[in-house]
Parts: sequence; structure tokens; C-alpha cells
Amino acid sequence: MRLNYPTNIKIIRVPCTGKVDVMHMLGAINKGADGVYCVGCLEGSCHYNEGNLRCKERVNHVQTILEEVGIERDRVRMYNLSSGEGPTFAEYAKEMTEHIKNLGPNPLKNK
Amino acid sequence: MELPSDYDEGLSTRKATYKQYAQAIPGAFGIQKADKAPCRLACPAGLNVQGYVQMVKEGKYKEALDIIMEDLPLPGVLGRICPHGCEDACRRCEVDDPVAIRDLKRLAADQFDPRKIEIECAEKRDEKVAIIGSGPAGLSAAYQLAKNGIMSTIFESLPQTGGMLRVGIPDHRLPPEVLDQDIEIITNLGVEIKTETPLGPDMTVEDLLKDYKAVYLALGAHKGIELGVPGENANGVRQGVDFLRELNLTGNVEVGKKVAIIGGGNVAIDVARSAVRMGAEEVTILYRRTRAEMPAWEEEILAAEAEGTQLTYLAAPQEILVEDGRVTGVRCIKMELGEPDSSGRRRPVPIPGSEYDIEIDQLIPAIGQRPDLSAIEDIADIDFSRWGTTEVDPVTYATGCEGVFAGGDLQTGPWVAIGAIAAGKEAAESITRYIEGKDMAEGREPIVNENPVYRPVPDNEEKQARAKMPELPVKEREGNFNEVELGYEEGAGKSEAARCLNCGYCCECYQCVDACLANAIDHSQEIVEKEIDIGSVVLCPGNNIYDPSNLDEFYLYNSNPNVLTSLEFERILSASGPTMGHLVRPSDEKEPKKIAWLQCVGSRDQNQCGNSYCSSVCCTYAVKESMIAKEHAGEDLDCAVFYMDIRTFGKDYEKYYLRARDKDGVRFVKARVHTITEDRETRDLIIRYADESGNIQNETFDMVVLSVGLQISDSTVELAERLDIELNQHKFAATDPFSPVETSRPGVYTSGVFQGPKDIPSSVTEASAAACAAGGKLAEGRDTCTKKVEKPEQLDVSEQDPRIGVFVCNCGVNIAGIIDVKELVDYAQTLPNVVFATENLFTCSQDSQENMKTMIKENNLTRVVVSACSPKTHEPIFMDTLEDCGLNKYLFEMANIRNQDSWSHSHDPEKATEKAKELVRMAVARAITLKSLEEKVIPVNKRALVIGGGPAGMNAALGIADQGFEVVLVEKEKELGGMARNLHHTIEGGDIQAYINKLKEDVTGNDKVKVLTDARLTAFEGYKGNFTTNIEVGSEKDFQSVDHGVIIVATGAKEYKPTEYLYGDDDRIVTQVELGDLLEDKGTSDLDTVVMIQCVGSRGEEMQECSRICCQNAVKNALAIKKQNPETQVFILNRDIRTYGLLEDYYQEARKAGVIFIRYDADNPPVVDKSSDGISVTVKDHVLQQDVEITADLLTLSAGVRPADTEELSGIMKFNRNPEGYFIEAHVKLRPVDMPSDGVFLCGTAHGPKLISESIAQAQAAASRAITMLSQDSLKLSAITAKVETDHCVKCLTCVRACPFEVPAFNTEVKVIEIDEAICHGCGVCACVCPRQTIQLSNYEDDQLMSKIDALLAEG
Repeated sequence: MRLNYPTNIKIIRVPCTGKVDVMHMLGAINKGADGVYCVGCLEGSCHYNEGNLRCKERVNHVQTILEEVGIERDRVRMYNLSSGEGPTFAEYAKEMTEHIKNLGPNPLKNK
Repeated sequence: MELPSDYDEGLSTRKATYKQYAQAIPGAFGIQKADKAPCRLACPAGLNVQGYVQMVKEGKYKEALDIIMEDLPLPGVLGRICPHGCEDACRRCEVDDPVAIRDLKRLAADQFDPRKIEIECAEKRDEKVAIIGSGPAGLSAAYQLAKNGIMSTIFESLPQTGGMLRVGIPDHRLPPEVLDQDIEIITNLGVEIKTETPLGPDMTVEDLLKDYKAVYLALGAHKGIELGVPGENANGVRQGVDFLRELNLTGNVEVGKKVAIIGGGNVAIDVARSAVRMGAEEVTILYRRTRAEMPAWEEEILAAEAEGTQLTYLAAPQEILVEDGRVTGVRCIKMELGEPDSSGRRRPVPIPGSEYDIEIDQLIPAIGQRPDLSAIEDIADIDFSRWGTTEVDPVTYATGCEGVFAGGDLQTGPWVAIGAIAAGKEAAESITRYIEGKDMAEGREPIVNENPVYRPVPDNEEKQARAKMPELPVKEREGNFNEVELGYEEGAGKSEAARCLNCGYCCECYQCVDACLANAIDHSQEIVEKEIDIGSVVLCPGNNIYDPSNLDEFYLYNSNPNVLTSLEFERILSASGPTMGHLVRPSDEKEPKKIAWLQCVGSRDQNQCGNSYCSSVCCTYAVKESMIAKEHAGEDLDCAVFYMDIRTFGKDYEKYYLRARDKDGVRFVKARVHTITEDRETRDLIIRYADESGNIQNETFDMVVLSVGLQISDSTVELAERLDIELNQHKFAATDPFSPVETSRPGVYTSGVFQGPKDIPSSVTEASAAACAAGGKLAEGRDTCTKKVEKPEQLDVSEQDPRIGVFVCNCGVNIAGIIDVKELVDYAQTLPNVVFATENLFTCSQDSQENMKTMIKENNLTRVVVSACSPKTHEPIFMDTLEDCGLNKYLFEMANIRNQDSWSHSHDPEKATEKAKELVRMAVARAITLKSLEEKVIPVNKRALVIGGGPAGMNAALGIADQGFEVVLVEKEKELGGMARNLHHTIEGGDIQAYINKLKEDVTGNDKVKVLTDARLTAFEGYKGNFTTNIEVGSEKDFQSVDHGVIIVATGAKEYKPTEYLYGDDDRIVTQVELGDLLEDKGTSDLDTVVMIQCVGSRGEEMQECSRICCQNAVKNALAIKKQNPETQVFILNRDIRTYGLLEDYYQEARKAGVIFIRYDADNPPVVDKSSDGISVTVKDHVLQQDVEITADLLTLSAGVRPADTEELSGIMKFNRNPEGYFIEAHVKLRPVDMPSDGVFLCGTAHGPKLISESIAQAQAAASRAITMLSQDSLKLSAITAKVETDHCVKCLTCVRACPFEVPAFNTEVKVIEIDEAICHGCGVCACVCPRQTIQLSNYEDDQLMSKIDALLAEG
């Protein structure tokens, strides 16, 4: 559909959001990413039963850790959509970008 | 070219070049074409009218001229004077008036200088051609010859070029500058024109043939035809053509005060209008017929009249009155019209004695011209007709004299310019072939298409007035020859062009050919007939939906845009649909508040549409649409479904219906809506209906969705006729209940809706069934037409430092149009371990792949990064290429710089290029970390185990055995047959016992099938291709262990044993199965009254689901009772009658036979009591609104269906069951007979309640699916699986608990966690949860993911 979304989004492919580890999300923030979000299947329709629910838990966990160390918890988020929802993907990309822009740069950047 | 999108049900548009929809397979574009448009066929020169009209519409005037000048070198001239036969053929006439084609051609030439059009010419040849005459025929021949590389010299007798275009048409119609400009197009190509060089004694054809290879005679017809009346030689009598020639060449001509012109053609009009301009006081045209027969163009006649010319009809000159050698008058005779002549026009007949005189001082005959043959009549071998025209070969235009060709008016007599242009073009083709020594006639016979197929004129095409040509006001025309027609303004022209109906779909403008950098478009493709040897045919042509236009007076489908078909509504709900999933109504794009669905539009309707059957799918899809609509629009959206019976009979469909009704608040209203009316202002829709108690209600809705039924298209009916396939009365393929996918013709099978109305899961199931049936006959030929791919041995690169090659794709302009590919390649070269980087126009093309192989080998690459599109679609292609070079295919990585970059960031090329660099950097970083992975190969045991010996199990076993594989069939009872042993007939009358006995014989007699009866499964282990099952057989419990590659589960179901309605208390209360026995054994003719109660043990609290088969069972038995004794009263107490599909016929039959159907509410079920008189049944009748008590001799309970033994089996085999106890399939639609574990398949009533015919189809489907595995010698497993590093594992068992598929297992013997790669799905959950990170998912190892993150952020 060639929908437009901001260029600052870079996608890393995983077989399932259930494969996204706390370490991956924290690593990205630690290395200076301004935001990280995981995009999984809609809840209840995970191809591998419940990988997306596990990811959601991990995102929550990462948010707690971030908060504890004084970083906005909301730099890490979870989104859900089905593969047929291109427009929603673009919408979420814009939403996340706007949200991160409002937060400003990652305080860990260049440290 | 915009056309309505079929995919979006006409709610949006698409191009003529299109892909059906985003996910379409094949995922390629096609061009929709019909036959050549009638305008093009009507044009003597065959101009691609539709093409240039479309270009004008787009404002692409240069492109329009490109198309025009393919065939025509004089666009400005013909854009003014062409008689436009094309417009007479225009199909726009069916709507209003033809498209103003000629005027649009002129607009193109007005807007872009045709002299600037680049004309492609072949390489120049030495041979030269002489052309006599510089009229349209000669100019056209010279032009086309020049394009073919052949130069010509045109010899013109007159002092000016252009022939009749110059001297026959006055300047007010064709300004000389326009003609000059157009002729320049031809002379610019190097054609020389010599004026005042007539053919004659000084220059003969013979002379010319010495210097020129060929001569083209295009002398025209410049000699006026005489009237043949006395006085024609007098002064003041002048031929029309002579008059015009002098005027055009000198700008002056002698004109009388009172001028009479004889004739009715364009020349007469031209003379008249010129004479008026030259100062004649009275100009009269005398024509011997009436205005209707006049050959001159209507617009010319009108213009002449406006300018003051008088027209006198039905008058013919008899004598020119002469005094002193000068004209003084003309004696005319009045005419009347007689019988039609050879031209079809009524012949004028003089009225005797009606002579009268007119006073004039100049008489100009303009009744026709003929060629002047004086210069050529002596040439040997050239023949002439009796009309003074030159004879030529009708295809090649060659005269009898070698090397001499002729055309134009010289050959045809006076005709239209475009005809001469066509003749010149044809002659040029002949001359070219003549010079090249080729056959001049080959392949040039005209192709006549008697029944052309065109884009239908859209029903709703709105009338639109033809654009008026702006004209010079009559006052301003006086005394001058200024052009009268001024040409369209751009805006008017574009909208005029938009009136074109695009009869041919694609307008063949060939813009796509230029745009496609891969040169993939070939407009010359023709339909090719091929003959293929085949052993079986499977017909799945699908269905149409019912077109509710026919019921417009009731449902306003055509007249109100807010009335949609269900399919249109689906598109509105779709994220990829015309509104991107935003639910708005078409009339005003407002979000609706209330939507109504009308069920059974085009189904269950004998009166209005004739489709009396039930379409099976509409109830469920209406439920779905209403729920999705609420999801989109919010809970406040009021959805009401108007229905006769809700037929949600499929697996889990009843639960879905209940969710819509009870949780989502969709209203279900039992009413058949007769008519909808509308509020004209708001376009809201008012539904008037009678509710269940008979009260009339009016309700207003914002939108109405018509739940349209399925029907077989006319083209499918034709196909069936061609293939000699029998159809049933509803036009579905006729099949037998015991062979549901076999058509009447042996070897021809069918599936899907063509077999009968059905939903997607049943269609997909039947498709596999048809494949099984067709495959059984082809088993011997298995693998005889396949080729094996040879791959070189794999290189071990694990010890080498990674050498990465980066291939950046331009994807035509898809990537290169936005991203600076060169910069990206340069950048890639700077990245670590990259030893080679290049770009390709299309990396996926075959030649690029060959090139890639060379580069891999030459540069000793050990990793490949392709920076292009999505790995989802293209990874396999590149992985294949790696394998061809001996590289492990997992040493490959893709950077998606198209879908994730150039397409998504088209508005910002600079940032897109930066992002592309980042994506490539990330890909390269990951490539460094990649490892070779082996895909484990496991052997396949070619034996199947079938569990259950009912009709499903036996059919599955036979299906597999027929294709040559061994089967072990396990039945727990002592005898085969299952539940079917208790059944007698199908509703169609099929004898079930005879069928089962035959099946048993076939199974036991088949040496590939081993039958174990009285057998029980005790243990089961293994994975796809390699299972072992332990079985105990017989009362002795003989132990048998069976190794097998696949399992088919067909354990069946049984009839529910009711606990309600006093069942078991009284012999007069039986189930339907028991009634079946009774009907068979004793009969029911002694019974006065039989009552049946539906939904006993179905659709209730204990079993929510519908049992699917009970309604037809009740109808079947009711009909049998009525057949045995028509006097027996039969009542069927029901909640909805669910005789879906063609079963509806029997429901109708039962009603006709007098069976009484009474509806009851689930909340208020019938009350049953027994007494010595009989069984009393009390039920509330909705129509009468009171309780009705029936005393029956027999009460039959339609007891539902229950799965048999699934609990025990699922304990042993770990198969999942739904809450009702039926086994669950892997995917309802995509894998309806597969179970979630690979290698396990499911069929029959163990999957859910179904008819015997449906069980048979499903069994065949399961067999077919099983064979896809059995037919392989080995299976390749995915290499993307989890692996445990056992040395560091602390055996915490977290992975064992976390795996959704129970794959990790603790091996108690060696005390380690094992992950069997044969059953690992590769989701990576275990790798994530492992606290010591001792589990890694291949290809997604932690460092492989982190490398990308690091690379991305390294320079950030």
C-alpha cells in the first residue's frame, strides 16, 4: 500500500515477539535508542499460541526497570496488529515517533 | 485508464493494468483487454482512437500524437476535415451522443506541434520510390516508406502540394498553414516534393522506373463530372472542383451574383460557402433528393444555411438556359422519391410536367469527380474499371504492371482523405516488401471478428452532453476565409475525452511498455490454444453472487447508494478496501448509526429470483459482518439482521451467533422484508415488516446490507455443457451422495460451490477430496513428469573470515526513484568485511541471478547481503542462488530498502537514502554473525494408520490404498461400518446399507489395507513421518505395534441419548434414528399423528452447538411417513429449520406434502405428557399467540450428535478437543482436515456433526492430505529450531513449562533437556525464558539480533 511513516523506524525481524528478550530491549536503550517497540499479533491470535503475551509481560518488566533507573518507562511499548493491517502499522509508527519526540532524546545517548 | 475495481465490488477504481488484489496469486500484473474498439475498426486507417482519446483526457498531447502518427502523418488536417466514420461506430451512442473524436485529434495537434514528434525511422536504404501526387495517399505512402527507411520523391502536377486537401477544401475549413505544417512532418523525414512536375510525355512511368525501384500512382480524382444537360458549355457554367481549385491556388475566382450549385455532397457545400464569401448575393443548392439523403455532413449544411445559402430539395436541372452564350437561368424539374436504389437511398423520380425556371448568372455542378487518366491510360498491364478508376490487387495495391502501385481516389474514385491515407500506408507496406523481395500479401488478409467482445456499457453511465465546437460568429465570417471552427479549449476537450467508454478496456497507448524497465510487457500476446494430455479434471469454477439489481423495485439496490450487497459491505469493512476500513455509508460518507441486514436475497426465493435453494453461508457471514461493523463503529452501532431461519449450522457457528446476539447486542428479527422505501432527502432507508406476532413495524436505517446468495454463473453453465457435465435443477454439478466430488462424467471431479452452496472450510475440504479422487486414477504416473534439482556440494566456510558481498537492487524505479543507489553501493563498500558491492536493475531477475553466481564465485564470497525488498517474498530465490554456488543458504541476509524504505518514505529521498545505509549496515553486521545451518532430513514411513472404521475411516483408507500406500485400519467394534450401520437412507434416497456393505467389501478385499477390528489403541509416540502406535486386538488383547508415517482420525460420533421429553419412559417416544428403524421395519401407516421435536440435546445449555443433521433428518423421516400414509399428520416443532444448501428442496417438499412446522422458543419449549390416548405435546404457536396441544401416536425427538470416544483417544494421543469434545483442526479454513500436530489428519463426525456425503468428502480430503506426506521419501525439517547447550543447563525445566508445543523434554536416562528438532516450531520462547541463556534459536541467536541493534546505534 506504500503508506508513509517516519524514517526513524528500523525494523528488526524476529519469528515471534515471544523471541524478544528483556536483554534486547534494554540493550537497545542502553546503546542509545530513543525508543523501542514490539509489534506482535493481536492478542489471542499468536501464531505460536501466546508469544505476544509473553512479550507484553517483558515489555512491562522493562518499563519497570527503566522507571527504576530514572528513564521514562514509556520509551518501550508493545503494539498489536494483524498482518493485514498496513494502515494501522503506519499509524502506530507515527504515534510512537510523536510520542518519543515529545519525550526528547534518550538520556543515555552519548554517555 | 481507470476502471471500476472488481475486487472492491466497483466501490473504487483500478487501472486497466492491474493486479487483482494485493495478495493475488500469481502476484503479477495483467492488462485487461477486449476486442479492438469499434471506432478503431471503423477507421479506414485503423487509428488507435481509444488510445489517443485517453491521452487527450490526461492532457498528454504529445503521447496522443505519438499514437495518432503511428498511422497518420497529417493530424492537424484530419483533425479538421475527417468525416469521422469512427463517431458513427462509437458505442457512446447507446448512452447519448458519440465522442467528438475528430475534434479531440485536432486538440492534440493544436496543443503540441506535431512537427516536434520524433518519428522512429529504420535505417535508410538505397532504393528510392517515385510517388505521383502529393495528396493524402501520396503523402501517407511517403511517410510510411520513410519510416521503413525508404526515401521517395513526390511528383506533383500542381504548383502547390497537398492535392485535393489543398485545392478541394476551402480555407475556412482547412487553413493552408495547417496543411503546410503537416506536410512539413513528411518533408522533415527527407521526402522530396517536386511541384509542377506532371506525369506526361516528358516524364513517363517507364522513365521513372529506371531511377526508382517502384512507382506509386496517387493522382487523385480532380475532374468534375458533367451534368449531361443542354447548355453546359455556356459561359458561367463552372465545375465545382475547378472553381475551388482556382480559388485555393490564386485566392480569387469569378463569382456570379445569383449562383446555383447542383449536388448534395460536401463539394457542393464548400462551393456554396465559398461563393457566399466571395460576394455572391444569392446562392442556392439544388439537390434532387431530400435533406435526409444528402451526403454532405449535417454540421456543414447547417453552417451553409446559417451563412445564407438556400437549399432546394427534390429539384434536378433539365436544361441550362443560355442567352448570348451566357447562363441566364436553369430549368429544373421537381422530383419525388421512389424505390431505394443500389446505395440504399430512395431513387429520385421526376414528376412529369413540373418543370420551372430559376434565374441565375452562374451554375456550378458539383455532382462528383473522376480521375484524369490521360497520363497513365497507355501504360501496358494497368487496367481500369468502367468507372474510370485503376484496378489493383485489393490487399497489396499492386497494379498489373510490376513495380507500379496505385491508390487513393485514383483507385477508389472520390472518397474520404482518411481512406487515401490508409491506402498509402498499405501501399508503403507492399512497396517495402517488394523492395525487400518478400511476399507482399502474406499475413495481410483482413481479420473479421463477427462477434466482438467489448467492455459493457455501464448500467449507471450518466448522460453527458457532447462538447460543442466553438465557432467564429456568422457575422465575422463575411467576406473572409478565416477558419470557422476554432478548436476546443483544453478543459472542454479533456472532459469530452472523458466521455469515452473505453470499449477495449486497455487503450493500447503503450505507455506501460515505455515505463517498464524490465521490458516485461508484450501487447502482441495472443490467445494460444494448447492441448494437454491429462488423466483427470477437477472443476472448481466457483460461483457468482446474486445480482439484486433485478429486485430494485423492492430493495432499491440500484437507486439508493446506501443499499449494498454483503460483498460490497465486506470491502467497506476491509482495511485494504475503498475506505481503508472506515465504516461510512456511500451517499454522504457519514458513519452509520443503524444498519440492517436482509437475509435470503437471491436465496430461498422461488417467486422473485428463482433460486429456491439456501445459499448456506449468508447467515454466518451476516453475523460476522454485524460483529465486525460493531468492532469498527463502536458498540452504539445498532445492527439488525432480518431473517427467516438463522442457519448457523457449521462447526462453532452457533456459538458465534450466540455471541453476536447475547454479548455484542446484534438484533435478530424474524421477518422477511418485502420492500424498502427511502427518505429522498436523507437517503435513509425505511424497512416495513411484520413482527412475529403479526404487527406491522416501520424502522429507519442508515444503511441496508443485502445478504445476497450464491449462484452458478452462465459461463460455468456453458463450461459444463462443453465438458458434458450434468447439472442439477439449480445449475450446480449433479453428484451422488456417496461420491460427492464425482461429476456425471467419469474422470471429471468437482469441488466448492459448483458442487453445491457451501462455506470456505467445506470448499477447501472438498478441493482436497477432489484431488484424492483424481489422484487415485493417476497414482501410476506419480513423479514421472518431475525434474530433480541438482545442487553442488556445500563448502565449509566456518573457519574463514567472512567475505561479504552486497547486492543493491534498483527495483526499476521502485527503489532507485527515491534512494540514491550509487551512494548506497559506495557506502556498502566501506562496511566491515564487505569485499564486494554492486547494484542491479532487478536483482531477482534470472540474468541478475546468473550474474550473482559469477560474482560469488569470483570474489570467494562467504556471506551475501541483498538490499532489496521483502524476505517474505524473495528470500527463497536468493537462498537458492547461494546453494547453487555451494554456499549454505543461511549465510544470507536481506535489507528491505523497498517496502520499509523507498515505498514508505517516498516524500523524503534524502532521509530514505540515509535509512537505507543504516539498514544495509545492520544487515552486514548480522551477516558477519551468520552460521551455516543444516536442515535435518528424516525418512518417511509410507504406511498410514486410520482410526475408525465408519464411512469416513473406510473412505480414507481406500483413498490412500488406491494411490499405492499401505493402510492399517483400526476399528474398536467387531464389525466395520460405524454409526452408518444404524442408518437406512439419505434424504436423496441413497441406500446406506448397500453402500456400507460395498465399502466393507472394498476395504477388506484391498490387499493394501490391513483391517484390525475389535481393536484398541494403547500407546502412541513419534512425529510426522515416523509414528509408532500400540494396539490390542480381540478379546485376547493381542499386542500389535504399528510403525506408520501418518494418522487419520475418524472415530465418528453417535446419537445423543435424550434425558428430556420423557424419553425412555414410553415406547411411543423415540429418536429419529429409532424412527428410521421403525419406518424400515414396521412402517408408520397405522399412525394418525406424529410429532417431532427439534434441537433435543443441541443448541441448549449442555451442548451449545447445532447438530447440523437433525433438521434434514426430521424432514427426511416426515416425508417417509407422508409417503407411507399421506393421511398421517406430521408436526415438526422447531426453533429454526436448518435445511441448508440444496436440502431446502426437501423442506419445501415436506411443506407441500402437508407437514406442519411450528416454531417454539428455546425459553419456552414444548411440554410433553403421556396418557393412554397418546402422547400430548403442548407448544405455543407464535402465529396464533396461544398454546396448542397435539395428541400424538408417536413423538420423535431429533436427538443431537455427540462425539464418540474422543476423550479416551485424546488421553492417549494428546489431540486437542473443543468443549463439545470434537477434535480441533489446525486451521478452520486453511487446513480444515489437518490436526495441529504434523502428520495427523482428521475426518468424519469426529471433527463435528455432518451428513454422510460430507463425511465421505472429508475422508477423501484427509487421505489426500496424508498422501502429500506419504508420497515423499523424506522430509526436510526447518533448520530454525532451538538448541540446548547442555553443559551449562541447570535443568530448571523453565523451557519445558514455557514451550507452547511441549517440545523440550527432560531425558531421565541421560539427565539432560532435549529439544527434538523434528517437532520444534522455532518460535524461540524457550530461548527467551532460559535463565542461563543455554538455549539459542538458530538464525536468531542473541548475538545475531544484538549485532543489528549495535550496528544501528553505533553511529547514531
